Amino acid sequence: MSGHSTYQPQSPFMQWMERRLPIASLVYSSFIAYPTPRNLNYWWTFGGILSFMLGVQIVTGIVLAMHYTPHVDYAFNSVEGIMRDVNYGWLLRYLHANGASFFFLAVYVHMARGMYYGSYKEPREVLWILGVILFLLMVATGFMGYVLPWGQMSFWAATVITNLFSAIPGVGDPIVTWLWGGFAVGNPTLNRFYSLHYLLPFVIAGVVVLHIWALHMVGQNNPTGVDPKTEKDTVAFTPYATVKDAFFVGLFCIVFAWFVFYIPNYLGHSDNYIMANPGQTPTHIVPEWYYLPFYAILRAIPNKLLGVTALGAAIVVLAFLPWLDTSRVRSANYRPLYRQFLLIFFAAVIGLGYLGSQPPEGGYVIAARILTAYYFAYFFIILPLLGLFEKTKPLPNSISESVLRHGVAAGASAPPPSGARG
Amino acid sequence: MNRAMNRKTNSPRSFIVAVTLAASLSGLGLRPGLAQEAEPAAPPRQHWSFAGPFGTYDQAQLQRGFKIYKEVCSTCHSLKLIAFRNLADPGGPSFSEAQAATIAAGYQITDGPNDQGQMFQRPGRVADTFPPPFPNDNAARAALGGGLPPDMSVLAKARSYEAGFPWFIVDAFRMYQEDGPDYIHAILNGYANPPAGTTLAAGTQYNIYFPGNAIAMPKPLSDGQVEYTDGTPATVDQYGRDVAAFLMWAAEPTLNARKQLGFQVMIFLIVFTGLLYFTKKRVWHAVLHDPE
Amino acid sequence: MTAISSAEPTRRDFLYIATATVGAVSAAATLVPLIGQMNPDASTIAAGAPVDVDLSPIQSGQIIKVFWRSKPIFIFNRTANDIKLAQDVDWQSLRDPAPDSARIKSGHEQWLVVIGICTHLGCIPLPHQGNYDGWFCPCHGSQYDSAGRIRQGPAPLNLYLPPYQFISDTKIRIGEDKTSQA
Repeated sequence: MSGHSTYQPQSPFMQWMERRLPIASLVYSSFIAYPTPRNLNYWWTFGGILSFMLGVQIVTGIVLAMHYTPHVDYAFNSVEGIMRDVNYGWLLRYLHANGASFFFLAVYVHMARGMYYGSYKEPREVLWILGVILFLLMVATGFMGYVLPWGQMSFWAATVITNLFSAIPGVGDPIVTWLWGGFAVGNPTLNRFYSLHYLLPFVIAGVVVLHIWALHMVGQNNPTGVDPKTEKDTVAFTPYATVKDAFFVGLFCIVFAWFVFYIPNYLGHSDNYIMANPGQTPTHIVPEWYYLPFYAILRAIPNKLLGVTALGAAIVVLAFLPWLDTSRVRSANYRPLYRQFLLIFFAAVIGLGYLGSQPPEGGYVIAARILTAYYFAYFFIILPLLGLFEKTKPLPNSISESVLRHGVAAGASAPPPSGARG
Repeated sequence: MNRAMNRKTNSPRSFIVAVTLAASLSGLGLRPGLAQEAEPAAPPRQHWSFAGPFGTYDQAQLQRGFKIYKEVCSTCHSLKLIAFRNLADPGGPSFSEAQAATIAAGYQITDGPNDQGQMFQRPGRVADTFPPPFPNDNAARAALGGGLPPDMSVLAKARSYEAGFPWFIVDAFRMYQEDGPDYIHAILNGYANPPAGTTLAAGTQYNIYFPGNAIAMPKPLSDGQVEYTDGTPATVDQYGRDVAAFLMWAAEPTLNARKQLGFQVMIFLIVFTGLLYFTKKRVWHAVLHDPE
Repeated sequence: MTAISSAEPTRRDFLYIATATVGAVSAAATLVPLIGQMNPDASTIAAGAPVDVDLSPIQSGQIIKVFWRSKPIFIFNRTANDIKLAQDVDWQSLRDPAPDSARIKSGHEQWLVVIGICTHLGCIPLPHQGNYDGWFCPCHGSQYDSAGRIRQGPAPLNLYLPPYQFISDTKIRIGEDKTSQA
């Protein structure tokens, strides 16, 4: 898609720069003049929110790294030193810890938007797969970051999750020893998790560049799923999308600030304020809330290897979504049956999340198995069949048509003279 | 089958049905009976001066709580992350610098090695941290018959209890972060005679609120044990409140500053977001109301 | 969007200006904790607290070294001869002019307290060496006298004086000076 206008450098300096490194025109065509569907709703602001949160996590992470000591004898106390002695240390720590939660909240909303509006369908398959890769990188980064304070949950979550790899037949145990750097989770493990936790966010930033590039090659999806056909279907990214993104980032920050300043330990686990003790396991090992659905799936399967496979499959299956969903219609607004099953899917994920926080006993296990069965049935049975059999609603002919149908009557055909508004 | 289900449905209603289904599957009547451990009673929630968005520590209460720690708890429990200078920090017990120096000087701190290679004892300075009652964990266990009294520096954040559904949603709106102090107060006041037919492990006492109901710590506080000079009642209930508040300060000394800055940030964000909202409406006016 | 051609600022302009201003203020405000966290934290400041030194074990003519804020501090119990050598110098012709009286606390002429960091490039000079009854820096040959003043070699300034005060006749507190105006 080409822009409505191209960047014309005004000053001699900018003309000089443009010839040598055309960053200004790249920014202009990608984020200023870039044609954006005019009917995007607020679910489309979460990409901007995610970029903002990545920036927050990287900046707070770098300054925290100036004060943290990645050694088993000093890690816990260095974090407490940050909380008590470093100027604004408590603020930076709570921003980073709660920032991880809000980063995941935003990514789950972003993924849900993609699933609802069919943003993974042709020609956005690679865009979607890059997103799954980004999600996997986030999962790894968040897991390693949680180990760093070296509390009880840090240590035992590291033990449980690294032990999962022993399920791999044959090479499982050597892999686990290689991950640990020793015979159990210990100082070598902590040091390498610190190094990788610092590295991966920059890998994420690089893949985000690819993600946005892939997006700009094909253009945004929109709530109708109908491609923009004329210039009337789109508006310039700046100021229209920019100001909408900024507003929703502001709302998001209000909720974020509520947690950081008033309930900063709400999403955490109190056991992580106990220093790691390799000789004593907490009563209930639970990961942070954003991993709970996958944790529930893992524990629902009684066989160790199959449970680990199900855990991996639960994420990897997302990458195949463009091909599992056989429907030619993108948006769930026009696929009423698909919509039902998708909303039940979201409820099942939330239910699995709750079950992941409870002990794996009795009725909780039965419920987890039912919901896990639905999770995989959704991808492998429901989606392929739906596309073949469901009756979809008629699509609008264009974005403008759908906007006009819902907006003010089309009587005002010519815009009033300038200056009269305001 | 698909056509029979293909009827017009209301989006919010079906979503609510789905969520309720998931929640009820999870919560209703499926709570497992754990054979090995009876769930202790949930601690009753107390009123704390530092609760809520405008909560602050009560300086007098923290000073009383410190007195209890010093006279009773410090016999067994260390406070390794608190320095004497913290006693004079704003937002806490706020002793004067001179008082903090006097308190510090009353402790003997191990220092060294000196020029002869020996460790030696010297009076504390404000930069020192509270010296632990035992040199290491093994010494504590040996002296106390196997039990290990936990360090108390972050104890008030390291203890919580399961409030269950729907509290874990409601509490986020009520800004409930006092589960630690509620638990500590409950433990200190929760010693009772075991119900008929209960056997306790050797060396433990029955406590209503302790997980498993058998706690290794003997009842540490009795009425009148610690003298209060400001007229506050010298009861175990009051001691429990004061020392729990002190321990909450020890765990979270920056609470006052955090809530104060939080108020400023929230006001600022609400104003800024409001301005952005009206800017958005203004920018989009032409597109939304005069589509060509 | 149609162009605005009116000359006076409209309500729309005011809204945009207000939003941009508040945005700029918030951007500046976020810098405060990010830059402030690099300043010395409370435990570092506490560790840099003033240090009390008992002078009674220091013998006449002896120079001892203590540390304050990780810097070496020389304390010199000057003999009568050391003091005379320092006072007899034509101090106005020195590279960094200073009379002996400006280098000590009045009433305590025998005690010289200086920071033991050469003002050239930061090495620690060696006491009781050199031609001036003071210090000799082995790195590049600077020599200081018995008042810690630079006499020879590449260093531009005298050895720095730390803030200190006498809290009794035999005890000084290095790091705090509530008595001095200079």
